[in-house]
Order: sequence, then C-alpha cells, then structure tokens
Amino acid sequence: MAASETLTRLRYKYLPEHLLGELLTKRWIDNVVPFFALIVAIIVFGTLIPDFFSASSLADFGRQVAEFGLIVLGLSIVMMSGGIDLSVASIFTLSVLVSLIGTNVEAWPTPLVILVTLALGAVCGAINGYLVGYLRLRAFLTTLVTLIIFRSIYDILFLSMSTAIISGFPDSDLLFFIGEGDVLGIPFSLLVAAIIAIVWHVVLSRMRPGWRLTAVGGARRSAHNAGIKVRRTVFFAYVWSGLLCSIAGFLFAARLGSTGADTGVGLEVSALTAAVLGGNSIGGGRGSVAKAVMGAVLVLLLTNSLVNLGVSGPITSTILGVVLLLAVFIDMRWLKHRNRLLAKVYVSPAYLTLPPAPDTTAPGSPYALNDKLRNVEIIGLGEIEGPEDVILDRDDNLYCGTRLGDIVRFFGPDHKRSEIFAHIGGHPLGMAFDRAGNLLVCIGGMGLYQVAPDKTVTKLTDETNRSWMSVVDDSRLRLADDLDIAPDGRVFFSEATIRYEQEDWATDALESRPSGRMIVYDPKRNYTHTDIPKIIFANGVCMCRDGQSFLFAESWTCSILRYWFDGPKKGKTERVISDLPGYPDNINRASDGNYWMALLGMRTPALDLAMRMPGFRRRMARRVAPDQWLYPNINTGCVVKFNDKGEILESLWDLGGENHPMITSMREHRGWLYLGGVSNNRIGRYRIPGADPNWCGQDDYWGPAT
Amino acid sequence: MTSREGGAEAPGRRAGRPGWKLTQEGVVFALAVVLFALFALTLDKFLTAGNLVALVRSVAILGILGLGMGLVVIGRGIDLAMVATMVVSVSWILALSDTGMPLGTALLIGFAFAVAVGFASGILIAYATIPAIFTTLAMGLIVYGSGRAWLFQVDVQNTPANSEFFNFLAQATVLGIPMMIVAFAVLAVIVWALLKWTRFGRFVYATGDNPSAARVAGIPTRYLMVAQYVITAIIAYLAGLIMAAANSGMSTRVYNSTMIYDVLLVVVLGGIGLSGGRGGVRNVLVGTLLVGVLLNGMTIFDIPYTQQNLIKSVILLIAIVIDSIVNPRDEQTAQQEQGDI
Repeated sequence: MAASETLTRLRYKYLPEHLLGELLTKRWIDNVVPFFALIVAIIVFGTLIPDFFSASSLADFGRQVAEFGLIVLGLSIVMMSGGIDLSVASIFTLSVLVSLIGTNVEAWPTPLVILVTLALGAVCGAINGYLVGYLRLRAFLTTLVTLIIFRSIYDILFLSMSTAIISGFPDSDLLFFIGEGDVLGIPFSLLVAAIIAIVWHVVLSRMRPGWRLTAVGGARRSAHNAGIKVRRTVFFAYVWSGLLCSIAGFLFAARLGSTGADTGVGLEVSALTAAVLGGNSIGGGRGSVAKAVMGAVLVLLLTNSLVNLGVSGPITSTILGVVLLLAVFIDMRWLKHRNRLLAKVYVSPAYLTLPPAPDTTAPGSPYALNDKLRNVEIIGLGEIEGPEDVILDRDDNLYCGTRLGDIVRFFGPDHKRSEIFAHIGGHPLGMAFDRAGNLLVCIGGMGLYQVAPDKTVTKLTDETNRSWMSVVDDSRLRLADDLDIAPDGRVFFSEATIRYEQEDWATDALESRPSGRMIVYDPKRNYTHTDIPKIIFANGVCMCRDGQSFLFAESWTCSILRYWFDGPKKGKTERVISDLPGYPDNINRASDGNYWMALLGMRTPALDLAMRMPGFRRRMARRVAPDQWLYPNINTGCVVKFNDKGEILESLWDLGGENHPMITSMREHRGWLYLGGVSNNRIGRYRIPGADPNWCGQDDYWGPAT
Repeated sequence: MTSREGGAEAPGRRAGRPGWKLTQEGVVFALAVVLFALFALTLDKFLTAGNLVALVRSVAILGILGLGMGLVVIGRGIDLAMVATMVVSVSWILALSDTGMPLGTALLIGFAFAVAVGFASGILIAYATIPAIFTTLAMGLIVYGSGRAWLFQVDVQNTPANSEFFNFLAQATVLGIPMMIVAFAVLAVIVWALLKWTRFGRFVYATGDNPSAARVAGIPTRYLMVAQYVITAIIAYLAGLIMAAANSGMSTRVYNSTMIYDVLLVVVLGGIGLSGGRGGVRNVLVGTLLVGVLLNGMTIFDIPYTQQNLIKSVILLIAIVIDSIVNPRDEQTAQQEQGDI
C-alpha cells in the first residue's frame, strides 16, 4: 500500500495536471493549432520549394501577404461582428480597377486616387452594412449577391476600360514607392498592412469599439440589452471591411499596374478559408487580428506553394474547399465542446493526507459534544441572507454582510432595528475595523473595500502582483476572504483560491490544491503584494497579541498556521494546529487572551480517505452531479476556543445544525458571542459564561476611542 | 391564389390582415404575364416558334434545378453545389461514354456520383452541423475542382453521336410538347406529390418551419436533411442530362456562370421564403416563368451578358430584401451556435 500511495503522492505532486484546464481557459488557446499549422507549413514548403527563403521571393510574398491579409482582416472584422462578407473579393477587384483608371487613364495625383479608392470601398461596405445591419438581411446570401453585383460592375467597366488602362502609364514616384519601394528592406505595402493590423489589434483588444464589436458578434440580444447600438455596430463592421479591401486593391494596383478578367475570381473563398483557418469563429464573437494574420499567411503559403509545385488550378481549388470545410468543422466542434472539455479537465484534485481526526466522544476531550449553540438568541431572522462575517463596534452596533451585496447594521444594544449600512455589490466575507474606525471588508469577487463611518465606500485594492509562473491570471483578486489589520495599519487578507469563484468553493474543497494565498495591502504606499503563496484554501486571519504575527486558517488541511511579518522570526510560518476535527474558517480574539475559531464543517472518514485518492475524486467530479459529491459535513456547526500554543480549550456545538449549520464566523462582544454563517438567514447570540461583560474587541485592539 | 399548400399555411398567415389576398406568388405570376404580353406585343421576334423553344429550354432547366433548390429551401437549407453536381456528373458520363463505356453503365456511374455528392453534403450539414451554405459552397468547389482534375480533361464534352437516349430527350415530343417540358412537368408533379402527399414532405415543412421543435416532436431531422440533399443532387443530375441533350453536350463553363444564382432567383422570386417552411412547387413554377421571360427578353433586347448579370443580381437582391420584410426571421431562433449568417 505504502509504495503505491507514495507513487500517487509523487505523481500528484509533480505532474501539473491542473495546468491543462487552466490553459484551456485562456483566450489565446484557440491560436495554438493554427500557429503550429503555420510552422509546419513553413517547414514543409520551405524544404520542398527551392529559393523559398530568398530575399526576392520573401519580399514578393510579403507584398502579397499585405494585400491578402488586409482582405482577410476585413472579413474577420465582419465575422467577429457575427456576420460574413463574401463581397470582399469584388470590392477588392473594383478598387483595383478604379485605382488603375485613376492612375493610368485619368492621371489623377496619387493622393486623389487613394481617396477615391477608399471612398469606393467605404461606399460598397456601407451598402452591405445597410442591407445586413439595418435591413437585417442574411449576411451570407446578401453579400453573395453584392459579390455578383460589384463583380458585374467590374466586368462592365473592365470591358470598356481595359485598352485605356494598358496604354496609359502612370508617372508618379509616390505610386512607384508604394508599389515597389521598401523601408529598411521591408516592403512598403507590408509595412502599411502591419501598421493597420497593429492598430486594429489595439482597437479590438483594448478599446471600447472593439469590445462592442465582439459583444455584438457573441450575443446580439445581450449586446442590445447592454445598450450597444447593434445595427450601427454591424453597419460599421462592413464599412471597415470595405475600406480595408479597397486599401488592398490600391496596393495591388500600385504593385502590378494592370488587371485582368480573372483578377480576384474565387478570392472570397480563399479569404474565407484564411479567416476560418486562423481560428475566427463563423458564429461571431471570437476572433482576433493575430488569427486573421495567421490564416492569411497560411492560405497564401498553401496556394502559392501549390502553384510553385505545379499543381493545377482545379486541384488547388479542391484542396482549398476541403481545407475550408475542415476548418469550419473543427471550429464548430471546438466551440461546441470547448466548455464541455474544460468542465471535464478543469477540476484536478490533488493528493492530501490528513492526520487522524481527534476523538470527539472520548471523556475529557476538549471537543466533547454538546448543544450549547442550539438555543441561542436569534438576531435578524429572515432579514439577512448569508452573514458570513459579523463584527460589532464600540456603540454595540452589529454589522454583517449579505449575499445581496450589502452591509447591514443592526442598532445596539438590542439589535432589533437594522439599516443597510452600505451597498458594495459583492458578498462581504470578512470584516475588521481599523484604527480610525473605518470598516474594512473583503468582498468575494471584488477585492478589499473600506467603508468609512459616514458610509462612503472606497476601493482599497483589487489586484496584486502577477506571479510569472501562474497560468491563471492571479493578479486579479478572485475570492478575498478574511482580513485583519496589523498595528502599523498594514492589512493582511486571505484569498481562498485563485482557481474558483465564490460559489464554487466546494469544488476547491474537492481539489484541495494549494491555490490560495495571503496578501498584504499597505495603505501608506498603496501597495499590494502576495506574501504567502500556495495555501490550501486560505481562510480566517487574526492578529496575535504580539503585534508581529498573525494566525490564519488553512481550511482543507484542517490546520491553523502562524505567520510572522515582523520581529526576529519575520517571514517564518509555523503550524499551530494541524488535526482539527473540521475545516476552520474565521478566527477572532477572545476576551481572555485566547482565540475563537469557527469550523465551517466537520470531517468525515469517507472524505478523509478520498483525499488520498485523487483519481477517485476526479472521476467523481466528472461523472457525478455536483450535489451528489462527497462534501464536508456542513450540517453541524462548531466554535472552538484555543490558545497561542494551539491547545483546544473548549467547544460549542449545535449538533445537527438546527439553528446554526455551517458557522463561518463568531465575534465576542461584552460577554456575548455573535455567530454568523455563510448560508444562514440569521445571526446567533450566545452568552459566554464568565466572560468579561465590558470587553469590546475594537477597544481591546486599538485602545479606547479618543 | 388564396389557399396555400398544406404545411405552408399556418405560419404564413399573419394575424390582423384577414383581407390580404395578394400573395407574392400572385404578384409574380401577374408580373410574368404582363411582361410576356409586353414582349409579345413590342418585340416582333418574341412570339416566333424558335424563340419560344429557346425560352422553354432555358426555363425548363432552371425550373428543374429550382424544384430541387425549392425543396431544400423549404427545409431551411440551401444547396449552392447543385450546378457543380450537374456539370460534373454529366460531364463525367459523357467522358466515360467517350472512352467506349456503354452509356447505361456511364449513366449509372454518374447517378451514383451525384448521390454520393448529395449524401456527403447532407452528412456534413446534418451530422457535422456545418452551416448548409458553407458546406455547399465548399462542396461546389470540391466537386468541380476534382472533376476538372481527375474525371475529365476538356472543357466541353459532347454527347455521343447517334445516342438514342440523348436524341430521345432532345427531340421526342408528347402530344406535340417537347420532351424537356414533359420532363419538367413530370418532375414538378413528383416533387409536388412528395411534398404534399408523403410523410417526408410534411416533415420537410415541419423541419423548415422550426427545426428544434420538429426534432423535439420526434421527427428524424438529420435523416431528413441528408435525404433532401440527396434528392437535390439527383434532380441536379437529371437537369444535367436534359441540358446535355438540349445542347448536345455539357460545357464546364456553366459552373463558372451565375446559373446557381438564377436558380436561387427562381426560388426566392417565386415566394419560397428563405427562412424555410413556406412555399411549394407552384412557387417554383411561377418563379421560373418570370425569370425565363426576363432572361429571354434581355437576350432579345441584346443586353450584354455582363449587364444581364448585373440586372439579375440587383433583382435578386431586391427579392431578398422583400422576402426578409415579408417573411421576417424569428429573432429567437435566428442566432444559433453557428451564428446568424
């Protein structure tokens, strides 16, 4: 048994299986396959075709990439908005013709030609945009028809103009430079295209218009409900597509100076193949400039190389058709199954051994069972939902957070009346008063907030330093859980996990993976830093009385640890308790110099055993509905008192959890113990026998009010 | 004009307009008649026997293709590969028989090819859930490209000289009506009966009207889709045979023309809504009539080919605009996982 278990332990310690799921959550993961396809294509065709990497062929290829890439980019922009634009090929061709008429026949100055060409592209795009955006026609069919319309116009014009175009000759250095020139060895047109691509990348990924565009493509109805002008957004997507195609057309005209009857024939299929192959979804909402560029290079590489290898036109178009179908197929499957795959592989349980749970039934055990918390006084029954943490101020007012995103204040001393003290918007999970009497709150999903006595809400911090080796972006605070404040004002708070949202805490319990951490926020420097990484569900935090260290709960290992942030033992962490009978939550100071700790649930032998069987838990997560999983026993509430040395002094129970299941916090105040629970609809109040009836936590820690 | 064919009826009627009797079908039919009369009166060449035969020929093939297209469009699909299937399957037959293969065998091979193409499209659409318009666009490319690359070498394939089969198709008459028209009529009756009298037809309407509801109701929508594309391919194959007989050969240039859009024009003009579930064979007939008269008139007016394309495509665009106004899409079901394209 031991050997195989050691193997299991080593396997789960060193094989980073959770990374697969984390990688799948990344947006850029869609690009991996196209990227490797591109690399493979370059290697294959580079070896097959002589002079593939020669300067002249690269320059020529670069110019073609510039033109084709702009077209694909235009198409991709439209696809991101949830539509499709097949007329790109005809707009391109028409632009080539108009540019040539401008330069060769009418002999306009080059800037005027550019202007006219761009205007043409914009008008063609606007026609599409009006039809699809405002008249709500089907994008595919409509642009297929405008493809023929623009093409017919081209054919008609071309018949009458072709002789004049051939006989004319432009005499413009600027035009020549645009067509043939290069800057530092980079073809000018490629440079233009690269700049446009970078600008679009910034717009799409960092700016509001781009976000709106993808939002419309992702879910039109939701975008509309969010106040985005859907029709206008779609309209402009087509206008931009038309503009980009006309730029490509002008570059083409400047480079070749001629056009033929078959210019641009079938280009729409190549562009479509490129856009889809790069990973832009035909459903809209998913796409990027990088995808468009990769797709464009890939398709151009493929078609050029096939021509170079002497493959006939029909075969090339067959291959293109097959590639298109394959790319769409993979895209559809990927979109459909991505979330399912993610759900299957994301949960990645780790190996964990827990020491045997202490016996709670033995005579003399500090954990001796009782029902002391059964018949406690109830405060605010039914008025609040989910008071995870409770706190009292000097004036006996009781504060608690609720699931609805409020902090509710019950007025002392009887706590019958209440008001909404502040509305923050997220579930408050941990509270502490600072020296000035501000209430500092950890909000799940939001971060660390401050509520001043005059009820003004301020965000203190919602991000910390990004750790470079983490795949998940851990700079953002996902589940700030509990906090306490050092005498010098530094705020130490825990983040339970970086892998799950608050409502999925049970999944994190199933994983029991070190993905929580302790973070420090220094208000003097407005600086946030992760102090202790890799905690298995960091939970309650409580300053010790030495002013140099604090205690914190590591829930899923059933232990309490002590961390020194100052003094001779600075930076050290020590395990204070490691064999609790349940999973510790908040910790707070007691009036007699000891500490209270809430156990949110009890251990069970089956779950303890399952912790040593990660494979079993993974199968459970995959095959069984979440409400059928093994859970901590959260039906029994418990509060224990312990001292600095980690000795348990007494326990208070509510067996069966009739009044207080899943106790997540407790706070001693003037001889009473106030109990909160994350899923409860009440706060309990327990008279502590023999406790100092005048003790107030705020006065005790910060000194009496000045 | 007042009653519509069975399955099309319920969703097509909109509440609040009980007195509205003018259907798109009626308008188009009237338009065709007016145009026909106009051409007959103003163009002295129009009513000649030769011209009418030419009109009928172009109309017959478009009409046959329109029957197939109409069927898939009613089932909320589209088949842009019809022309490619037609050209390649028939060209291959002609190329095979040119090498000395008995015509019967060649015809069978061509038939099998067409069925295979339709089957492949259907599988990709129904099971791989690739949007029909993508699948058939790419399928057209693949079929044409592989045909040109491997199945036959020259652009124009001639029908075998003295082939009884093709001569029969081209020259025989029934009661003085050319065989082509008869074939069109027979096919129209078959498709009409299929849509109106068989379970298959009913299911096609149901699927086109609301695919998810049809699926929930237990209709095997996937088999149905595959069957639709197979039928379309077979119809394309038959149209190809008739075309080859009429022109004594098959030119691959047909694929590069805008013929597939003419077919779409027939269907959309005739009043088969692109959102599916509506219309029937009569709409195809009416659409065919109008497009045929239009094409013929333009040819007589001596409008160049390129400008004809422009006119046709603008008309198609207008027809689509009107269609989307008359048959608005259901916002709830329009944007699905493959987007609203």
